[in-house]
Amino acid sequence: MDSVTLKKLKEKFSDLILEVIEFRGELTFIIKKEDLIKVCQFLKSDPELKYNFLSDVCGVDFPQKEKRFEVVYNLYSVPNRWRVRLKVRVREGESVPSATSVWSAANWMEREVYDMFGVKFDNHPDLRRILMPDDWIGHPLRKDFPLTKEEITFGYNKDEKPEILE
Amino acid sequence: MKTKQYEIEPISEDTLIVNMGPQHPATHGVLRVVVELDGETVVKATPVIGYLHTGIEKTMESKTYSQVIPLTDRMDYVANLSNNLGYCLAVEKLLDIESPPKAQFVRVLLTELTRIASHLVWVGSHAHDIGVATMFLYAFRERELLLDLFELVSGQRMMTSYFRIGGLAKDIPDGFDSKVKEISRVFPEKIDDYESLLTKNRIWLMRTKGVGVISKEDALDCGLSGPILRGCGVRWDLRKSNPYSGYERFEFDVPTGTSGDIFDRYLVRVNEMRQSLRIVKQALEGIPEGDFIARVPGVTLPPKEEVFESMEALIFHFKTIVDGFCAPRGEVYHSIESPKGELGFYIVSDGTPKPYRVKVRPPCFVNLSALNKLVSGRLLADMVATIGSIDIVLGEIDR
Repeated sequence: MDSVTLKKLKEKFSDLILEVIEFRGELTFIIKKEDLIKVCQFLKSDPELKYNFLSDVCGVDFPQKEKRFEVVYNLYSVPNRWRVRLKVRVREGESVPSATSVWSAANWMEREVYDMFGVKFDNHPDLRRILMPDDWIGHPLRKDFPLTKEEITFGYNKDEKPEILE
Repeated sequence: MKTKQYEIEPISEDTLIVNMGPQHPATHGVLRVVVELDGETVVKATPVIGYLHTGIEKTMESKTYSQVIPLTDRMDYVANLSNNLGYCLAVEKLLDIESPPKAQFVRVLLTELTRIASHLVWVGSHAHDIGVATMFLYAFRERELLLDLFELVSGQRMMTSYFRIGGLAKDIPDGFDSKVKEISRVFPEKIDDYESLLTKNRIWLMRTKGVGVISKEDALDCGLSGPILRGCGVRWDLRKSNPYSGYERFEFDVPTGTSGDIFDRYLVRVNEMRQSLRIVKQALEGIPEGDFIARVPGVTLPPKEEVFESMEALIFHFKTIVDGFCAPRGEVYHSIESPKGELGFYIVSDGTPKPYRVKVRPPCFVNLSALNKLVSGRLLADMVATIGSIDIVLGEIDR
């Protein structure tokens, strides 16, 4: 963990940061979704920080909370070798601004979050399902997705009468 | 029937849409690419993935921390030990424990051999794709040596699951040293052989030089990592920049390219094999005596001799197997340099014996997402070479 990121972000966005978590030497900032792009832009373009590499975007579902989805951004700074994590929390049905304008790597990662959790991303160039079939119903990584239900892959064709052998 | 349909509107009337895959020998699995062609030039390439989606991340949520390890094998199935290592290190970070030095040395040694095995599969299949068919046989012949060693240590050729949280599953067996020594004796000249077959080969050069080029800035922006990024000239290797499992002890170089084309990626990978051999040599000489797994009661299993003699150890053994262990609340992200790039594991723990959420950051997934940038404007035949050069494993992309 590095103190420069903590100091800089606290100076610049003291009113936007909802929470700072430090755990096992990793730094997590929880921010409002409206400020996400602003913070991302700053982290990427600041000459001291240079978080130029988006490692991962992922979703986490907490169905018992009011804002049930967390969208997590793991950033890396190749010149400084630092890591930082940004988090936004959203309700079901709420959308998150897309980070594709900051890092194009976010494209497929956000598609995966949309596919698995149903979190929509504003201004995403190509928001389609990525791993699941296009006509799939539901979002499998949500905690309330039924585990025991099995999809019928091949159904009996009801429109045609069954052939009766005499 | 659930289908993966993908309709694409052609840009103009003159273009033609061609489906490549999901069954196609050059897509290395079940990748489908919808290619829009203008004559023989690729206008747009859209990868369609998910045919091998098995819900590994969902399954992980219903397993205890130790039961997840075999699942990681099935993601990148040509570099299993790297996956094991990435996951185990992430859980160790969550638990704040460290594996003993002996385990660290063996881990480094085996993951470096895995890197060689993975690069061998790449160089063999990629050369086969673009017209040097003999290479495939040579690469797979030498890979057998490595798989034999993996079988010796873990009992499995591919689905090894040899690493455990806190160390190794069991001590290294007799005959390990001689086997590794044979590998480090045989391989240098074999790698020279590959180079003499490919590096100045006219067909190889024509198919790889100046093809699939991406610039440094674009590569970082697209999140590319591993040999494909180093081929553009970015000297970034997690083993050097954020060392894990004691990599700071070993001397090795990080090979980089300059032009960012397929040929440079090839050179990077071949040189990485040489560097891996260097690390293997140092690691084998340095393996210290001692425990092969950390002694953390409740997390790691007690030594087998104690289980046979002491009641307490037997209870711990039983409880650890049946109940697993509770990890502290929190979340960690740990990434390692897998043969394909940055392999990351993001684990969220809610204090129960099962991980609340495991997110894998598969390097191939992100690397493949830049395919359109690599191929658009080039010929269709270059597409086969470019897909091969990314070194994708669909098991990891689709999970």
